[in-house]
Amino acid sequence: MNMTMFLIIAGMAIVTYIPRMLPLVFMDVEKIPNWFQAILRNVPYAALGALIFPGVLTVHENTWFGISGAITAIIVGYLGANLIIVVMSSIAMLMLLSWLF
Amino acid sequence: MATTAISHQKSSFSQGLLAGISIAIGYLPAALTFGLLAKSTGLTFAETLAMSLFVFAGAAQYMALNLIAIGTGAFEIIFTTFIVNIRHLLMSASVRERVEDDHPIIKAVYSFGITDEVFAVTTTQEGKIKSGFVAGVALIAYCSWVINSGIGYYVGSILPTSLQESMAIALYAMFIALLMPSLKKHRKVAALAISAAVFNSLLSLFLPSGWSIIGATILASAGIEILTKKGGHSK
Repeated sequence: MNMTMFLIIAGMAIVTYIPRMLPLVFMDVEKIPNWFQAILRNVPYAALGALIFPGVLTVHENTWFGISGAITAIIVGYLGANLIIVVMSSIAMLMLLSWLF
Repeated sequence: MATTAISHQKSSFSQGLLAGISIAIGYLPAALTFGLLAKSTGLTFAETLAMSLFVFAGAAQYMALNLIAIGTGAFEIIFTTFIVNIRHLLMSASVRERVEDDHPIIKAVYSFGITDEVFAVTTTQEGKIKSGFVAGVALIAYCSWVINSGIGYYVGSILPTSLQESMAIALYAMFIALLMPSLKKHRKVAALAISAAVFNSLLSLFLPSGWSIIGATILASAGIEILTKKGGHSK
């Protein structure tokens, strides 16, 4: 491995690890004000919304593939199916679409 | 969920491994593609594997390949990685608020594995999150990422293109599936997810995606909190 690549990987590893580790290890939950705890409890659902959209529109060069996959996941997920079934159904829907179009 | 935990008495670690299978499936095409791209960018097998082993960050690794390909310097690549991954500060803080208390070294170890997807699977669980559970989810996700990066380097084109393209939906489908159970129970969840999606769509027009996700998440989390407090029906 050449020196530059070693530096790049080591540097990337450090700057990726630190934001993941710092709050988890060093944040004292007792000392977090209530209003901030309430906001932190909202973060997972807000982050999911942001992680899904608009990214889902770009999974395929045809926007409708992403939309169809998302709708499949919403329907199958709403019916209460297991996570893996939801994932597999969406993949199957895109396979079907790519055969059809 | 609580009933299955009681009836099966499975360890939280093996429950985590099970819960992480969807991530492992979702990482498969992304990691294969990373391996393939790394090879075409001119990285050696060891460099490709080392990046997945030590960095474990999908978007940042793709971005690094792009920057390496156009001859960007090491500092710029590291700085870009930092900017892309700074969103994990917020996710890690949110995990901290929900996770059981444990030895700092244990937390320092499993915090390495808190990717977007591991964060999403662990924090949408009900109740306190066990360290073993996070470790299980993170481990299976990590194995899938590292092993498939390696496979991708040599046989990236092993899967038919139509399947690879179709599997790109996997992680999004998982995110949607993670939202559904809470969405049915609490109207607030829908408000949070939808407003964050709208904010992210707007912010991503003029911000890099990492900052846009942070901005949208903060605006939605704080905004909805203020609105529900004013409405007087905070849960």
